[in-house]
Amino acid sequence: MVKKATQDRAYITSIGTVAAGRVSVNKAYKMYVGGAFVRSESGRYFQVEASAIAGSADPEVVNIPLGSRKDGRDAVLVAKNAHEPWAARTAYNRGQILYRLAEVLESRRSELTSSLTRAGSTAAEALSEVSASIDRAVYYAGFCDKISSLVASHNPVSGPHFGFTMPESMGVVAIVAPEEPALLGLVSTILPVIASGNTAVVIASRRDPRTAVVFCECLATSDLPGGVVNVLTGDASEIAPHLAKHREVNAIDTWSADDALRTLLEREGSGSVKRVRSHDGRACAALRDEDGQGLGFIEKFLEFKTVWHPVGI
Amino acid sequence: MKKDITKAGKAQLARTQKPSLDFGSAWEYAPSPESTDHVKLQAQYGLFIGGKWKAPKSKKYFATISPSTEQKLAEVADAGAADVDDAVKAARSAYDTYWKKMPGKERAKYIFRIARALQEKAREFAIVETMDGGKPIKESRDLDVPLAAAHFFYHGGWADKLDLAFHGRKVRPLGVAGQIIPWNFPLLMAAWKIAPALAGGNTVVLKPAETTPLSSLMLAQIIEEAELPPGVVNIVTGAGQTGAALASHKDVNKVAFTGSTEIGKLIQRNLAGSGKKLTLELGGKAANIVFADASIDQAVEGIINGIYFNQGHVCCAGSRLLVEESVHDLVVKKLRDRLSTLRVGDPLDKNTDVGAINSREQWERINELVAAGEAEGGERYTAPCKLPSKGFFIAPTFFTGVSMSSRIAREEIFGPVLSIMTFRTAEEAIEKANNTMYGLSAGVWTDKGAKIFWMAQRLKAGVIWGNTFNKFDPSSPFGGYKESGFGREGGRQGLSAYVEVL
Repeated sequence: MVKKATQDRAYITSIGTVAAGRVSVNKAYKMYVGGAFVRSESGRYFQVEASAIAGSADPEVVNIPLGSRKDGRDAVLVAKNAHEPWAARTAYNRGQILYRLAEVLESRRSELTSSLTRAGSTAAEALSEVSASIDRAVYYAGFCDKISSLVASHNPVSGPHFGFTMPESMGVVAIVAPEEPALLGLVSTILPVIASGNTAVVIASRRDPRTAVVFCECLATSDLPGGVVNVLTGDASEIAPHLAKHREVNAIDTWSADDALRTLLEREGSGSVKRVRSHDGRACAALRDEDGQGLGFIEKFLEFKTVWHPVGI
Repeated sequence: MKKDITKAGKAQLARTQKPSLDFGSAWEYAPSPESTDHVKLQAQYGLFIGGKWKAPKSKKYFATISPSTEQKLAEVADAGAADVDDAVKAARSAYDTYWKKMPGKERAKYIFRIARALQEKAREFAIVETMDGGKPIKESRDLDVPLAAAHFFYHGGWADKLDLAFHGRKVRPLGVAGQIIPWNFPLLMAAWKIAPALAGGNTVVLKPAETTPLSSLMLAQIIEEAELPPGVVNIVTGAGQTGAALASHKDVNKVAFTGSTEIGKLIQRNLAGSGKKLTLELGGKAANIVFADASIDQAVEGIINGIYFNQGHVCCAGSRLLVEESVHDLVVKKLRDRLSTLRVGDPLDKNTDVGAINSREQWERINELVAAGEAEGGERYTAPCKLPSKGFFIAPTFFTGVSMSSRIAREEIFGPVLSIMTFRTAEEAIEKANNTMYGLSAGVWTDKGAKIFWMAQRLKAGVIWGNTFNKFDPSSPFGGYKESGFGREGGRQGLSAYVEVL
C-alpha cells in the first residue's frame, strides 16, 4: 500500500543511523518492458514495506514504479511487435527457452525465497512456492510442442477435400496477475499464455511487486526475446481498463479484480470483441495445487484456424 | 428434351452482342420453378414454448413476406419479454427435470430423430427456406437443408462421447442456452446452434431472425413430432427486442449469437459481469487472393461462388478480391464474361443462380454502399440482366480500382458486390488481406502448395480455403479471429462452446 505521510515517519527514524561494517548496495526495482528494466514514464512510485528479516541487509521499504496508462500502451506496442517473431519460432525452440527459465529460477531459488518471505510468507511456504514455480516452468517447457498434437484435428468432411484445424496464438494477452501467490501466480498465468506463441502484458501483484521484479530478472536471463513478457507494477484498476480498451490487445486474463473492475474490463473489452477471461479468488488459490496447471490454461488463449483444400489429380 | 434450333437461333440473333462465354445458347432455358403445391404453411404461427404452441402474451403478430414476390407468407408471433421469460422458464424446468439427468446415449437418439425428420421433409424445407428468405432453390436444396440435417446427425454422435472429447477430462452442460440467429441461412444456423447445445446436455431458447422465421417454426414442428421432452427446445419469434430480452435474461447461462459485429459488441457489452458464457459469430470482409500462377478459370469459378453465392448474404463471403497485378486484366475480363451467364431471378426456379435480396432494408443498404463505391471513385460493372419487376433484386456487381480505404473495401456489404484490388508480392497480399477488423475467412488461389501453406499461416482468419471457397461441414470448425467473433462451431473444437470442461 502507498504509505501515508504519518506512517512514513517510522522509517525516518533510522536516518542518521550509521551502518555497522560494509554499506550495502540497494536494488532499484523497475518494471520490465521490451526486455529492459524501466521506470514509469510518469515518474510516480509507490512504496512497499517488508517484514523485517533478522540479519537481512535489505531495506525495509522500497520504491516501486507506479505504472501509468502510457506505460501500458508502451508495453502493448512492444508486445505486439514481439508477437510475430515469437509465434514464428518453432514450438521446440519456445520449449527450450522456457526450460532455460526453469534453470535460472532454480539458480535464483534463494533470492526468490527471501523475496517471498519479505512479503510475509513463512520460510517453508516460500520454499514450497518457489519449488512449485520451478516445476511448473518445466511442465510448460515440455508442453510447447505438444499443444498442437492435442488440440488440432483432421476434419473428416464429406467431400473431396482435405481439411484440418490447427491452433494459433491469439496475439497480445493482458494479464492482471493474482495478488497471491505472487510468484507461482505469475508463473502459472504467464507461461501457458506464451507457450503457444502469445506475448503478454502483465500487471504484477500490488502486494508483492518485488518478487515480480526478481522473476523478471530471471526472464531477462533466460534467452526470452525482449517484449514477449512485459511486467508492469502499479494499480490494476488504473492500467487494466486501458488495456481492455486497447485494440492491439487480443485477450485479457483477469485474476485479481473486484467485481466492479472485472465487469468494467469485460465491458471495455467488448469494443474490440476481446477474448475476456475472468477468475475469482478461489481460482487464484487453486493455482497452488496440481489443478493450477494444464492444457485448459493454454487452450483459453488459442485461436483455431481451419484450412480446406480440394483433393484430386 | 429436344429444342427448336431455329427459335433458339433467332433468340440469339436478337441479342445485341454475342456473349463471350457460350453456355449452350442453342437452348433457351424455360422457367423451371419448384412446385410449392404440397407445402403446408399455416396462416399464423404461435410461439413454441414448453412443447406447446402458445399465443404470445404480447398479443402481437407480424407478417413474414417472400422477398421475391413481396407477398405475405404467414403471420408469426412477436414475443415480448414475458414470452421470453416463459420460454426460459420452460427451458430451465426441462433442464432440471430431465435433460441434465438423461444419459448421453438417450439424448443422442432424440438428436438423430431430428436429423432423420429433416431428411424426410427436405424438399418442403428447401421450398419454404427459399420462399421466406429469397435464396435460390438449388442452394437451399443442395446445401442448407442437407447440411442442417448433417449437423444434427454429427452432433447426435457426440452426445454420449463428451468424456472423450477433452482428453479424458469430464464435462458438464452449461444449462439454458439463449441463441439468436441471422436470416442468411435460417435453418442451417438453427441447426448449428441447437445441435451442439443439445449434444452438450443443454436446453435451448432459440430466436430466429424476423425476416426468416418459418423454417425454425417448421423445425419446432419436427421437434414436437420427434417427441423431445417439452421445453428442451423452445422457439420464440420476434425482432431485435426479443433477442435482447433473451440475451439479457437472468436465467440464461449461455448466449450464442450469429449476426452483425455491431450487435455482437452490444451483446458482449451488456453481458459484462454477468458470468454468462458467450460465443459470437459476427461479420467478415474476407480476402480472396488470386496469384498469377493459379488456375485462372478455376479461380474465377471460386470468385463467383465466393461472392455471389446466396446473393452475397454470407458472413464469410469473399468480398475483397486481391488479384496479382499481372493477371488483373485477364481475371476481370473473365469475371465480366462469367457474370453475364449468371441467372438472376425467381429463387424457386431451379436454374436461378442469384435469388432475391432478403429484405427491403438490406436491399437499400446494399444500394447505398454501391453508390458509395461509385462516389469514392471505384469503377462499377454490373451484369446486364433483366431483373423481375417485383421483389428485391440486385444484379451481380463488381468494382475495380478500389482503394483500401474506401467503404466498399472496409465495410461488410452482405450483398452481391465484389471489390477488386491488386497486389504485387505475397507479403503485400498478406498485409492487405489482414488490414481489416474482421478475420472470419480467406481464400488463396495458387498452383504452388508451399505458397498456400505460407499464406495460410499468415492470414489472420478462422477459415482458409485453398483453391476452393465457401465449403462447410459439421466436422469442420468454423469461426472468426478478431472482430469476427470468438468460439467455433462444428468439430470437436466447437463442442467447448456448450460444455464446461472440469
